[in-house]
Amino acid sequence: MTARRPWWKTALGVLFTALMLFPVYWMVNVSFTKTADLRLSPPHLFPLDPTLDGYIEVLRQQLPNLGTSLLIGLGSVVLTVVIAAPAAYAISLLNLRGGRTLNFVLLVAQMIPGVVMAMGFYAIYVRLGLLNSVWGLILADSTVAVPFGVLLFTAFMSGLPRELLQAARMDGANAWRTFTAVVMPLSRNSAITVALFAFLWAWSDFVFASTLARNSALKPVTLGIYSYIGNNTTQWNAIMATAVVASIPAAILLIVAQRYVAAGVTAGAVKD
Amino acid sequence: MTISAAPAAVLAPEPTPGAPRPRRPQGSGVSGSRWVAVAFAAPLLVYLLIFYAYPLIRSIDLSIHDYDVRAFVQGNADFVGLKNYIDVFSSPLFGQAAWNTVVFVFGSLIFQYALGLALAVFFRGSFRLNGILRALFLVPWLLPLIVSGSAWAWMLNSDNGIVNAFLQTFGIGQINWLTSPDTSLLAVVIANIWLGVPFNLVILYSGLQNISADLYEAAALDGAGPWRQFWSITFPLLRPVSAITLLLGLVYTLKVVDIIWIMTGGGPANSTTTLAIWSYREAFGTGQPDLSPAAAVGNILIVIALVFGFVYLRMQRRQENS
Repeated sequence: MTARRPWWKTALGVLFTALMLFPVYWMVNVSFTKTADLRLSPPHLFPLDPTLDGYIEVLRQQLPNLGTSLLIGLGSVVLTVVIAAPAAYAISLLNLRGGRTLNFVLLVAQMIPGVVMAMGFYAIYVRLGLLNSVWGLILADSTVAVPFGVLLFTAFMSGLPRELLQAARMDGANAWRTFTAVVMPLSRNSAITVALFAFLWAWSDFVFASTLARNSALKPVTLGIYSYIGNNTTQWNAIMATAVVASIPAAILLIVAQRYVAAGVTAGAVKD
Repeated sequence: MTISAAPAAVLAPEPTPGAPRPRRPQGSGVSGSRWVAVAFAAPLLVYLLIFYAYPLIRSIDLSIHDYDVRAFVQGNADFVGLKNYIDVFSSPLFGQAAWNTVVFVFGSLIFQYALGLALAVFFRGSFRLNGILRALFLVPWLLPLIVSGSAWAWMLNSDNGIVNAFLQTFGIGQINWLTSPDTSLLAVVIANIWLGVPFNLVILYSGLQNISADLYEAAALDGAGPWRQFWSITFPLLRPVSAITLLLGLVYTLKVVDIIWIMTGGGPANSTTTLAIWSYREAFGTGQPDLSPAAAVGNILIVIALVFGFVYLRMQRRQENS
């Protein structure tokens, strides 16, 4: 059956998308604008006379911050997967007692306001000397991703064919071996999805960074942008250039994760 | 943290094994011993105790003591019972913050939902580029909030913002979006609507996929136009999904700090101070953290969020069972 594909709908769709993405376009446009042209009225709609000054500022000032964010993001990914995957295995395949309750607790945990968590962490970190540390931020940021990770892994793993697991047991594999050699390789796509979101959330985090690492020598890039806005209201091109660079992981996620989410779906469709 | 909401919900509606969490009959586990299961879950259990339960207990503890900076370090704060809560409720700021929260949350939700639904219905039709355009709609939701917040702040800048420049071509004079108490709340609501549309679009779109095309064909045969079809088929059948989208949105919008703090800092004159912002500012907005009143406000916020959260969970469970 050939569906009718009216061109005007495509045109309308492009228009809606363009309207929606205008703020993103504007950020890119401003990032290429010369400092002298920032105050023009009306502003240039296109970067006809582009400058890389903003991006040179980024390289000069934000590189360490980008490195810190990268480190925090990767740390959060490792911590999230290491904690979430085995727990999901226990809930979905090992019939963990109270697994349902645990799922419920995780759903509720996702509803707790970040600001309250930040206060709790602050109070704890003051004592432990974890304020202004990369470790402290990795731990705090992972709290956003761990419940999500467990729920996603659990959803995927409960769809795995039991026959495979039984076959592994027949071959003499214990629970750990089954987990590492059978379940995890099969859950690869879920793991990538969890990892990508864990990274993105840690990378994007503002609330924990601005509360637990306020005086840190090693700032994540979100704080780099924030202190920029506070101190430097004349250089919006540099602020927007940093914002563009800080958006790169999101852009990658959009391209890569779409594929992995789709892969997870087809993997599920084959299971039967 | 609007972002933490969506992924679970985005991924769930896909036909991945699990969205409805198919439970297998018990007793077919890999290994008989239940201690093995506990061992695998142990890191998570320890993690939840240390990094969820303990911070929460700590925040309750903060709210019933009087922690100044010295007491904080020495750990000998005076016990004050419910005084912090009473102070919060009797503060002149409470009424304003509560009202701002209501306006922010419902203003955001109504438009996010309406726009998300309109777009979901639009994207339901098949046309070229549909998939790519829908993917691009996710961009606002994936960007770090500091990025979106600062982009909007510059767009809404009174003197040099593109929004005012655009309005000027229609002869509308300068609007001080972020610096006037009359428009600041509207400004942050607009930015937050923009942030939330993708989430609503994705969930409602996947909800639409579950409505059988036969219904529309039958309706079309009976002579119902698109408008009639929407109100007689789409909207009623989408009601459970709509309710869940709105409730989840509500829980997550209640706790929004980033976007408001980045754009206005809760000002001017507290005109954008919601409960979450109030809590954040008391605790971290000034040089010296004043955690006790902040924790009291935060805990009030938790209670509100959990009330709606439980309504959401009940509704979701009922839907799964039906």
